Amino acid sequence: MLSITHYLVLSLALFTIGVIGVVTRRNVIIILMSIELILNAVNINLVAFSRLFGDVSGQVFAIFIITDAAAEAAIGLGIIIAFFRNRETVLADEMDLLKW
Amino acid sequence: MFDVITFYFFGGLAVVSAILVVTARNAVHSAIFLVTALLATAGIFLQLHAEFLFIVQVILYVGGIMVLFVFVIMLVNLDVAARQTQFNRMWPFALLLALIVSGQIYAVVHYAQKGISDPLFQVVAAPASALEPNSELIGQSLFTQYMLPFEIASIMLLVAMIGAVVMAKRKV
Repeated sequence: MLSITHYLVLSLALFTIGVIGVVTRRNVIIILMSIELILNAVNINLVAFSRLFGDVSGQVFAIFIITDAAAEAAIGLGIIIAFFRNRETVLADEMDLLKW
Repeated sequence: MFDVITFYFFGGLAVVSAILVVTARNAVHSAIFLVTALLATAGIFLQLHAEFLFIVQVILYVGGIMVLFVFVIMLVNLDVAARQTQFNRMWPFALLLALIVSGQIYAVVHYAQKGISDPLFQVVAAPASALEPNSELIGQSLFTQYMLPFEIASIMLLVAMIGAVVMAKRKV
C-alpha cells in the first residue's frame, strides 16, 4: 500500500535535483529547465495531498502553478533571446553587465 | 498492487530523467529528457486520480512550454556553448544545500510519522470516489471559490505575453 510518504520522497528527490541544477549549471536555458523541474515537484506534493484529503483545491492550485510556469518560461526565454542578441552568450557567469 | 507498480515505474522514470536533464551536455538532450520527466509526472498525476491535471500537464507543459524551449534552443546558437565547461565551481555548495533541504523534509516527515499516530500519514486516506467527476469538480471550484485568483492569473498571462513580445523585438 502506498502512503503519502512515497509521494513526498519522490517530490523531494525531484526538488533536490532541480536545486542542484539551478546552482551548478552555467547554461541559462538549462537553469530555466531546472526551475520547471522544481515546480513539478511542488505540483506532485499538491496533488498527493489533494488525493489524501479528497479535496480538489490542491489540484486547482496545481493548475495555477502550471499557468505561472508558462508565463515564467515565456518571459525568461524572451530575456534570454534579447540577451543573446546583445552579448552572444547564454552562460550565466558571463552575464556580468551590472558587476563593477 | 497495480498502484505500487505504476508509482515505482513513473517515479523512477521521473527521477532518472531529471538527473539526465541536469547532467546532459547538450541543451537539446536536456530538453528531451525534460519531456520524459514531465510525462512521467503526468503519469503520477493519473495514478493519483487527477485526470484533468494529467491532460493539462501533457497539453500545456509537454505541448506548449517544451516547444517554446526547443524553439529558443534552435534560435540561440549553442554549438559554441556545448563545447565549454558545463558546470561552475558551486557543486560543494549545491551538495550542501541539497543535503540541508532533504534533511529538513525528511525530519518533518519522520517526526510527523512518529509523533502523531494519525492514519493521515500512514495510508492514502480518502476514497477515490471523493474526486470522482474530476473535471467538473475542478471547474466548479475554479469558477466559484477561486474566481478572483483565476482572473488574476489571466491578467498575469496577458502581462507575460506583452512582455515577451516587447523583449523579443529587434529594436528596443
